[in-house]
Amino acid sequence: MNEFSDRLLTEVPRRARKFKFRPATIFLVPLAAILFQVYLPRFFQYLGYLELPLLVTVYFALMRRQPIAGVFFGAGIGLAQDSLSPNQPLGMFGIVKTLVGYFAASVSMRFDVDNPLIQFVLGFFFFFFHQFFYWVLSRALLGLQLEFDPRQTFVLGLLNAAVAVPLFMLLDKMKE
Amino acid sequence: MEFLLNRYRNLTVLLVVIAAQLLLLAYQVKSNQDVRLVRVWAVTAVTPLARILEVVRRNTIGLAEDYFDLIHVRDDNTRVKKELDRLKMENQFLKTELSTADRAQALSAFQSRTPSRTIAARIIGNGTGMNSKDVLIDRGSASGVMRGMAVVTPDGIVGRVLASYPTASQVLLITDPTFAAGVISEKNRVHGTLKGIGQSKCIIDYVQNEEKVDVGEVFYTSGDDRVFPKGLPVGVATVVRQGKTFKEIYVVPAGTQNGLEEVLVVVEGIHQEIPDAQAVASTDMYIMPAPPGDKASNAPTTDQPGGTLTTDADRMRERYKKIGAAQGHKFGEGLPGAKPANFNLDPDTVKPPQPVPGPVSPAGNLAAPKPAVTNSTPAAPPVTKPPAAKLPETNGAPPGGIVPGGVRPQTASPAAGGTVNVAPKPVVPKVVKPVTAPLQASPNL
Repeated sequence: MNEFSDRLLTEVPRRARKFKFRPATIFLVPLAAILFQVYLPRFFQYLGYLELPLLVTVYFALMRRQPIAGVFFGAGIGLAQDSLSPNQPLGMFGIVKTLVGYFAASVSMRFDVDNPLIQFVLGFFFFFFHQFFYWVLSRALLGLQLEFDPRQTFVLGLLNAAVAVPLFMLLDKMKE
Repeated sequence: MEFLLNRYRNLTVLLVVIAAQLLLLAYQVKSNQDVRLVRVWAVTAVTPLARILEVVRRNTIGLAEDYFDLIHVRDDNTRVKKELDRLKMENQFLKTELSTADRAQALSAFQSRTPSRTIAARIIGNGTGMNSKDVLIDRGSASGVMRGMAVVTPDGIVGRVLASYPTASQVLLITDPTFAAGVISEKNRVHGTLKGIGQSKCIIDYVQNEEKVDVGEVFYTSGDDRVFPKGLPVGVATVVRQGKTFKEIYVVPAGTQNGLEEVLVVVEGIHQEIPDAQAVASTDMYIMPAPPGDKASNAPTTDQPGGTLTTDADRMRERYKKIGAAQGHKFGEGLPGAKPANFNLDPDTVKPPQPVPGPVSPAGNLAAPKPAVTNSTPAAPPVTKPPAAKLPETNGAPPGGIVPGGVRPQTASPAAGGTVNVAPKPVVPKVVKPVTAPLQASPNL
């Protein structure tokens, strides 16, 4: 064990380091992310590859370090995203982001999520998990024959992870 | 429970939230059969449990129920068997009633169809003799039944009344060895005498070996016996073979084949036509009717003196005799070269000759031409009539009068119910007018 590993794997839950946000922040940031996801790709198509609601969910779950909070946060953002998707039943993004919020909050209790590298890795991992689990749910529950391209998902995961690090830094400014 | 919830609170919340969203999802989504997913899940989740519960119940409570049910099975089985026996008997009774109704309907239809006057009777007993074939019917002299009357069914003749008592009558069946009746074949009009032989079959006797009778040919009553009206079906020939003198013809009686329960007693018989077998056999092709002229010329005319002229030769012979008698000509007399009588005269208009004084040359009589057969009908051999049916105890006219020619006499009219209390006076026809069937070349002629 070296100093880096000690920083990554803390022996005790890091409850003391959880952060709080203003209610307006908790409400407006996800809303902005959803609007970004819904509105901007109409003008900038390449921005559709960015999963900002997912990154926001991961961020708030990591920062709150409470699985229950992460669950509700992910469920709320996911259901809001579902409600803005006209051809999709409510619950698909909600279930996936609920799991993402729960696992992100659980991970934050074991890892030092303030590290940008950890944030990059987590951003990549949860994007990949999000896409894969959404594909599984679509096939299992809706019977949709969607294609899952691991290579493309991998690349997009890297892209979203690269965006996640500066986004998280920006959102850190909003901590109380 | 509280401990578990506290320890796994995060996981519990996660599962609850996901379950809630799954329900929300299932409520929205419909399957291929347009059934909501939540319903599919519910049924899929409940059905195996229900199946397991049913298996458990069947193997536990069901066995107990079966045991208690089987306690009463024996009693139920006995009761059901009794019920089944009762229903079988009831069914048999109803079948019998239905059969009786059918026979009564057939009798009624036959009564309305036949020109003869009949009364219905029921068989109420059999004869006591071992070989005798006679039965008792429930109509006697009080109902107008008299000795010698014919007994028939819609299918054919059955027998004749042997003795009549006030409330019952004894009927001699056609299968009795002492029974006899005159019959005629359908196709070739061959006359014969039906005789019983004590078995289910009868024989037709006194049919010359030269006569033509086919197997399967239907025989009808000829009316010669003065008991059965002409035209009633008798039976079908099943065996026809050559005998020493007469043919051996076995007939299956049509009237007694389906069992005897109800019969009709012919209290006033009327002759009917015998169906033409050819007309029946050629129903699938069109045959023009015979020209009226030919029919008139070929039809046997019984108005001629003699009454039984049936061929052109007979008629020509009668014509020449008439003309010869009118001119005083005696056949077989006269020498060759003598003046013959004028045979071109109309026999109906020729007048008897005036008395001529002086002897008539006998030579002219010898020149009389012999009646030539101008018709295509060959000269008929001597008619061999079968002997009359030997009807036991039938002397003179039978009590049941038979009116020939299908004309009902205007004498006796039964009071009511078709029952004749007083036997109609037997009408002996002066001239028996034959049935108006087309003339056919009979091998008898």
